[in-house]
Amino acid sequence: MKELFKLFITFFKIGAFTFGGGYAMIPLIEEEVVEKNKWIDENEFLDIIALAQSIPGALAVNSSTYIGYRIYGFKGAVVACLGAVLPSFFIILMVAKFLINSFNNDFIDKIFNGIRPAVVSLILIAVFKLKKGIKKNTFSYLVMGFTVVLITIFKVHPILIIVVSGFLGYYLYRGVNTDEDEIDS
Amino acid sequence: MKMKLILDIFISFLKIGAFSFGGGYAMIPFIEKEIAYKNSWISLKEFIDIIAVAEMTPGPIAVNSSTFVGYKIAKFWGALAGTFGVVIVSFILVSISAKYLSEFKDSKIIKNVFMGIRPAVLGLILSAAISVGKTAIVDLKSLIIAIIVLFSILKLKIHPILSIVISGILGLIVY
Repeated sequence: MKELFKLFITFFKIGAFTFGGGYAMIPLIEEEVVEKNKWIDENEFLDIIALAQSIPGALAVNSSTYIGYRIYGFKGAVVACLGAVLPSFFIILMVAKFLINSFNNDFIDKIFNGIRPAVVSLILIAVFKLKKGIKKNTFSYLVMGFTVVLITIFKVHPILIIVVSGFLGYYLYRGVNTDEDEIDS
Repeated sequence: MKMKLILDIFISFLKIGAFSFGGGYAMIPFIEKEIAYKNSWISLKEFIDIIAVAEMTPGPIAVNSSTFVGYKIAKFWGALAGTFGVVIVSFILVSISAKYLSEFKDSKIIKNVFMGIRPAVLGLILSAAISVGKTAIVDLKSLIIAIIVLFSILKLKIHPILSIVISGILGLIVY
């Protein structure tokens, strides 16, 4: 029970500070779940993001549910999902109730002008840390490069890229004797 | 009776949650269609204001806007119905697939498939940084803030959450 509570609090913290969309959650999850608590490792986390992207709904909700399930089964999923969602729920209730409707004031704008660049750096750092979870070979770098180009320039849907790279992985690694423990940094 | 309204809100958000692939911003047209047009629960202008707020508060924009719209329509229970509706489909689908996946986890095929997917995911995350970067790093001040955050996390090892708080304060100071 204490473990579940810890999971809840961790995701509550994460949910409370995720500004700027689902991907902004990734550096926070990386820090709290992968590094600090070591509940999952880098390659598991990447797998979970892939799955979370492929299922409808917010990335933040999907990934917290997945991680929660991975760690403590169904109860973990409930607890992690609640943790991620409750801060938003309460904050919105307060905002809506006290009619702080027009957020057009300078104060808020300035704060967010500061937070947005921070999110960029955080996500970049997360990429750097998560590359421990991939095999360092030409295939990986090519896939990564193509993904960036396809997404940013050609606006291809992420699910398509995930499916195709999955196929490629299946074909490429078919004859290879792969041992998960070989994925060192 | 209010019960019917709450149920309707729940069902509308259930539909929204079930059909939005790709996260928050992709959901917005769905929400608009269901809430502002189909049901005329709120006006378009109100809807735009809500989205603006939903972007500023922490958490997924889908959840924030569902909570807000739900509240506007039917106060606390509306907020609960909206939020629950938008989340529950994902939750169920994720739980089912997580359960199945854990059973097949040791298959070599699955392992290979994921080894192919992982670099793509890394690419996705990098693309997210680029896309946020386009609207985030617009002048020298924002570039400096980004660099300060980069430095403080890598060298000074501060916690990401702390860096977010600091960046907010920096924003207040320099802008």
